[in-house]
Amino acid sequence: MKHLISVLVENKFGTLNRVAAMFSARGFNLESISIGETEDSEISRMTIVTRGDDQIISQVVKQLNRLIDTIKVTDLTKQPHVERELLLMTLKLGKSVQHEIFELINVFKGKVVDIKQKSITIEVIGTPDKINTTIDIFRPYGIRELARSGAVAIQRGE
Amino acid sequence: MHSSDQTLNGSEIFFECLRREHVEYIFGYPGGSLLKVYETLHDVKDIEHILVRHEQGATHMAEGYARATGKPGVVLVTSGPGATNTVTGIANAYMDSSPMVVFTGQVPSSLIGNDAFQEADIVGITRSITKHNFLVKDVRELALTIRKAFFLATTGRPGPVLIDMPKDVLNASCPFHWPETVDIRGFKPTLICHLNQVEKAAQKIAQAKRPLLYIGGGVISAEASEELRAFAIEQNIPVTMTLQGLGAFPTNHPLSMGMLGMHGTYWANQAVNNCDLLIAVGARFDDRVTGKIETFAPQAYKIHNDIDPTNVDKNVKVDLPIVGDARHFLASLREVMPEKSANREPWLEQINSWRESCPLSYSYDEQTLRTEFVIEEVSKQTAGNAVVVTDVGQHQMWTSQYFKFINPRSIITSGGLGTMGYGLPAAIGAAFGIKDRPVVLFCGDGGFMMNVQELVTAVHHKLPVKIFLINNSYLGMVRQWQELFHKEKYSFTDLGDSNPDFVKVAEAFGCKALLAETPAAARAAVSEALAWNDGPVLVEFRVVKKDMVFPMVPAGGSISDMLLARLNPKTMV
Repeated sequence: MKHLISVLVENKFGTLNRVAAMFSARGFNLESISIGETEDSEISRMTIVTRGDDQIISQVVKQLNRLIDTIKVTDLTKQPHVERELLLMTLKLGKSVQHEIFELINVFKGKVVDIKQKSITIEVIGTPDKINTTIDIFRPYGIRELARSGAVAIQRGE
Repeated sequence: MHSSDQTLNGSEIFFECLRREHVEYIFGYPGGSLLKVYETLHDVKDIEHILVRHEQGATHMAEGYARATGKPGVVLVTSGPGATNTVTGIANAYMDSSPMVVFTGQVPSSLIGNDAFQEADIVGITRSITKHNFLVKDVRELALTIRKAFFLATTGRPGPVLIDMPKDVLNASCPFHWPETVDIRGFKPTLICHLNQVEKAAQKIAQAKRPLLYIGGGVISAEASEELRAFAIEQNIPVTMTLQGLGAFPTNHPLSMGMLGMHGTYWANQAVNNCDLLIAVGARFDDRVTGKIETFAPQAYKIHNDIDPTNVDKNVKVDLPIVGDARHFLASLREVMPEKSANREPWLEQINSWRESCPLSYSYDEQTLRTEFVIEEVSKQTAGNAVVVTDVGQHQMWTSQYFKFINPRSIITSGGLGTMGYGLPAAIGAAFGIKDRPVVLFCGDGGFMMNVQELVTAVHHKLPVKIFLINNSYLGMVRQWQELFHKEKYSFTDLGDSNPDFVKVAEAFGCKALLAETPAAARAAVSEALAWNDGPVLVEFRVVKKDMVFPMVPAGGSISDMLLARLNPKTMV
């Protein structure tokens, strides 16, 4: 099962490497990892997407806790949370399909961030599932390049 | 000692911090990045620097010292090759949870990343084999980093910590400030066991008719042997130990069952197979202990006390996890045990009948020298009171079977990593820490050669290490697996034609050396070696070449697959 784990870590060089290295050393699945500073500049938040049964996930959480640079580990999967991912995607812009592309961008509540004669770059924000669907739908129009941020997530407020 | 707030350079701060951590010995080797430190060291009189002959030797010495004394071992090496040579020793200390602080020199900060001369990214290299590691980027952080490193290495589950110190940091100066306390927000180990869980354990233990204590090295490092002895005897519960747990409970007590696992005793493994309650303390259900997980202690309700939560439910799913310090666990358990417990006599009788049906044994005649005999003889002549260091292989397993360990911190051996070459330097480190008990090393002819250079260190410091070199002219354990599982293809395990004359080698180093080829000569040589106090002594025992260690549970097998003796008599001697 997919799990979304939020980790508060010391904002120091090498921390991301420690976490990523632990995943590979222990043979855990690491689907995506994203990191950024929090409201406290000494602390960063990592959002990790991983897969495994309960026994594996419990080991993942414990092994994360064991790292000296981790401050707090939360498995968000079973708690109310908000999860988002950013997609940036450049598409071929053929005259015949222009209309359809713009309509689809609206359907996915996307934004046009750059437009050239033969290409268009859009951004879409949503759950990783929505991002997957977006990519599938746009694929037939010709995707030149795409970049995904990986999931970021936060617990819902009280 | 320098006063606080005095301006010092990085290398002076380094020694000032070691003083405050009560460091007695540094195991080290100088080099370009550490010239400033060695300049300062020249006038340091209160900390003894032991010059090794290879940095790997320094790490094993530091670990041997740490395991013998319980205090952290300290290593000091230069950048690049000096640092990379410590990798095996650090990995060994990590697997066996030994407290150690390794200081590496580093090229100047401005050159880091430039492929400078003698540069290696040792922080990157050792990330997965240290409990934590640091690169000090500013001399003002040095004292706090050293304070943190010793705290991390010795608190909770012990382990190695590495500090990388660039040359410019060691040269720069700042006011010295020693932090009296240290707080690391991401490191809050659980030392105190949850009382509800302990009470639940007490109820289960009181009801159990066939309980078994499964004891690991955590009991030794938590200094919990006294509590264990009291608890096991009060409750009349038999005790089996892992390789690292040996000595936690005296082998000569009727409740002791010796070691369990791959080369454990028949009765200990039968007890695991048949117990209704397993109490694991400071042990981690290693594959060499469990064999096939599905058939490990299949009838037992499992209680697991460990200081490291990641050890719980890692290999074996347990029924009652209790995270915390082993001494606290056993002490609080003794307080809450109900007055009456189930009758264990039938269980103990059953174990005794297993013990009688299949005891440890080896064949003996006056002309043939066997490793088991040598180990028994050393055990007898030291009354089990020696600090025993081993290398890795057959002699190590025979030591676990035939040496009668009485006290904790009596076996120093590479368990997790299985590092050949560990024994000699580890014995030297132990001998620096322990002066009132004999330090004896059992070592094979293969492993001895892997760090033979450290014989110089032992001779130079006149350390009374007893080196018992068991020479069977083979990489015996690998040979054993080749015979049992690899169609008797003895690929590259026969050292007979290429081994040196070990007596001459020892003598060339200035070490007293003896040779024994029969049981009578071995008995006399052990006695002479134990009486020799003018530096180290090596005894080469030429033993039977093709013996195998039994019993043996093949890797991944169940207790029912246990081999009790050689299957194919034609391959005997």
